[in-house]
Amino acid sequence: MGKIIVSREDRCMACRACEIACALSHSKAKTLAEAVRCDPPPHPRVHVEPLGEGSIALQCRHCEDAPCVAICPTEALSRLSEGGPVQLDPDRCIGCKYCVVTCPFGAIEMSPDGKVASKCDLCAERTEAGKLPACVEACPTHALIYTEIESWLRRRRGEAARRVADSQALTKAP
Amino acid sequence: MTDPRDRSIDPGTIDMLTHSCGQGLEVVWDRKEAMDPQCGFGNLGLCCRNCTMGPCRIDPFGSGPSEGICGADAHVIAARNLIRMIAGGASSHSDHGRDMAHTMLLAAENEEFDYKIKDEGKVMALAEELGVETEGKSVREIAKGVAEICLAQFGQQEGEVVFARRAPEDQLRRWREAGVVPRGIDREVVETMHRTHIGVDNDPIHLILHGVRTSLGDGWGGSMVATDSSDILFHGPRWVRSLANLGVLDPDAVNVIVHGHEPNLAEMILAAAQDKELIEYARSKGASGIGLCGLCCTASEILMRHGVPLAGNFLQQELAIATGVVDAMTVDVQCIFPSLGKVANQFHTKLISTSRKAKFPYAEHIEFEESRGLEVAKQIIRAAIDNFENRDPAKVHIPEQSSPLVGGFTAENIFSMLGGRYRSSYRPLNDGVMTGRLRGVAGVIGCNNPKHVHDRGHVEMTKELLANDVLVATTGCTAVADAKAGLLCPEAAEKYAGKGLREICRAVGIPPVLHMGSCVDNSRILMVLTNMVAEGGLGESIADLPAAGAAPEWMSEKAVSIGFYVAASGVYTVLGEPFPVQGSKVVTDYLTEGMAEQFGGKFAFEPDPIKAARLMIDHIDERRAALKLPGPMYEQPYAPKTSAEAKATA
Repeated sequence: MGKIIVSREDRCMACRACEIACALSHSKAKTLAEAVRCDPPPHPRVHVEPLGEGSIALQCRHCEDAPCVAICPTEALSRLSEGGPVQLDPDRCIGCKYCVVTCPFGAIEMSPDGKVASKCDLCAERTEAGKLPACVEACPTHALIYTEIESWLRRRRGEAARRVADSQALTKAP
Repeated sequence: MTDPRDRSIDPGTIDMLTHSCGQGLEVVWDRKEAMDPQCGFGNLGLCCRNCTMGPCRIDPFGSGPSEGICGADAHVIAARNLIRMIAGGASSHSDHGRDMAHTMLLAAENEEFDYKIKDEGKVMALAEELGVETEGKSVREIAKGVAEICLAQFGQQEGEVVFARRAPEDQLRRWREAGVVPRGIDREVVETMHRTHIGVDNDPIHLILHGVRTSLGDGWGGSMVATDSSDILFHGPRWVRSLANLGVLDPDAVNVIVHGHEPNLAEMILAAAQDKELIEYARSKGASGIGLCGLCCTASEILMRHGVPLAGNFLQQELAIATGVVDAMTVDVQCIFPSLGKVANQFHTKLISTSRKAKFPYAEHIEFEESRGLEVAKQIIRAAIDNFENRDPAKVHIPEQSSPLVGGFTAENIFSMLGGRYRSSYRPLNDGVMTGRLRGVAGVIGCNNPKHVHDRGHVEMTKELLANDVLVATTGCTAVADAKAGLLCPEAAEKYAGKGLREICRAVGIPPVLHMGSCVDNSRILMVLTNMVAEGGLGESIADLPAAGAAPEWMSEKAVSIGFYVAASGVYTVLGEPFPVQGSKVVTDYLTEGMAEQFGGKFAFEPDPIKAARLMIDHIDERRAALKLPGPMYEQPYAPKTSAEAKATA
């Protein structure tokens, strides 16, 4: 299994730098100034959603048993390698929109011209070149991190262990 | 579609939202929802765009940059942003004041001018105050002297803005000690822009103190000039009866709405709307006559002086057009949505921009000039009459709500209100507070903001204050909210006021909430507080008074300036929306604690209107205790804290 993107809502500032970076890195333009003149305009594959007083950035989870892959009639959606991201091939896509409908995270939408589906590709090109996904690199508060699942679990378990120890639940005399 | 009742408490607004948004009209609340979630860096004051080494952001969580590229930290960045907001707000009020003083000068110099010097009493009062020669001079000559001194305040370089001298001695002393008496109205704004440039002032408190000075140049400068010049030109207001809400629109009349802030324009539009020939012309087109009403501050200006009805406040401006019966809406400056043109295009309404400073998309521009005031106003009225036949009956929907109100209170006429013609005095007011029949006084003012349920902050806070025997003064969009909710009627005292306040209102014949005018007329509230101090028995300065201020739903930079000049004048001021500075503890702590030591006033941020009202009441009780006044005369729903409780929450 490859690395995943984790989005931490306690760090998200809703600045949408992730959306801009994602759109830019998936456009023909090299700079933001060029990108704003592109036709069709670049569009992000990550979306910042309100969450009560705060917010969270949501993108494709690259599910192991992806409903979108299962439903796609033309195999436009597929996993190119074991443990790799779920990729969408626009040349195969017929725009039936079943993947859009079926994704439980709302991570897939139609492209701006409405012809094909579009979703996060985990910045496969960038990560193969040793770079971070564009959204992760852009996030000013590190709300978005690109991590091995093992590292994330170690961190969570460490936090949990500390919480339990601090609460002294186990060490208090009965 | 969001439930309209989640957007507003005002039945007229709810009615329009249900009707219009149900038909697909996009309004301010929709744009607010589309903007969610809003950027936290901006919200916290941690974004700086003052130079192109940036834009820079401070990470509030500490793992990213804690300084901008130049080295400015969160405190400097937040402080710089805040005082630039003061500059924007002070400029708006003061530039308006400059225009009013200039009109006053032209009226004084030219007998043929459409504008006249109407309030001789006020001219003489200002002449005496400012040392203008009156012996053997005509009223217009004296007014010219007054106007020249008013205009001189803007370009003055050194010394003190003359109206700062009106403040109680103790407050003036505090300002002098802090070094914040404004030298000249425009100078302080320019220095704010200078100090906030990259690499100038990098001390957050030093920056804020200059912001205070800039705001004082507004409150005791530009705004005071605006109020006094408008009174001189159009007469100081007297108590009036009128109506508020969209139900004032008459389906059979030609309807003109004035929206914005310039009484220069509104007074001429009113005169033109009363012109016999134009009324005949309107009737010839099948209308019953010409109806005039207003939105926002210009509405309150002509309400206070002429009883013209209030159509609505800030968040209702699109909905007014959506009634389908507005034949022309004139706009000038400030608080006008650029979306109005798009809304007007969906109806027959002519949107007419009038200020050489303010153009709007899809508006027809008919530039207003003081030298041709009545002529331009008549042109606008004629355009409205010509547009009457273009109404689409299928699109007409007027809410039935239209609430009676009493308004027109000023610092001057409160004297005679309380004491009668021959013994005009603030004594009854001060005695009321001293005996505890009145617990205290409060000013509840400011805008609407779609982050808060429309009108709810104003109305709920005001009702809580009234129930606890606090007399409330109000201006601007708050006054309109209160008017719509029926709080500006004398009858409101019977329904909402505590026993003590009710007794005062019955004795004097006032409503429990006093509408004192437009937002520049917050200067009237400063004078009321000053007069209360001068009358005696309630301490030596504004900071000693059992008084508090609040802006439960503010949104504009003008409100930042007002908040600052009110707090710096010694008033405890509770804001429903925090200043965008909470990313800096230094700045936040200074505003909510530190500044009280120098100025006697400070801020609190509390979005819930009842909690905010109680913070104000706690402060009022604490001021009463410090003055060794008895507690409230009658039992209070929110009882005064015992001294132990007060100590615990201090």
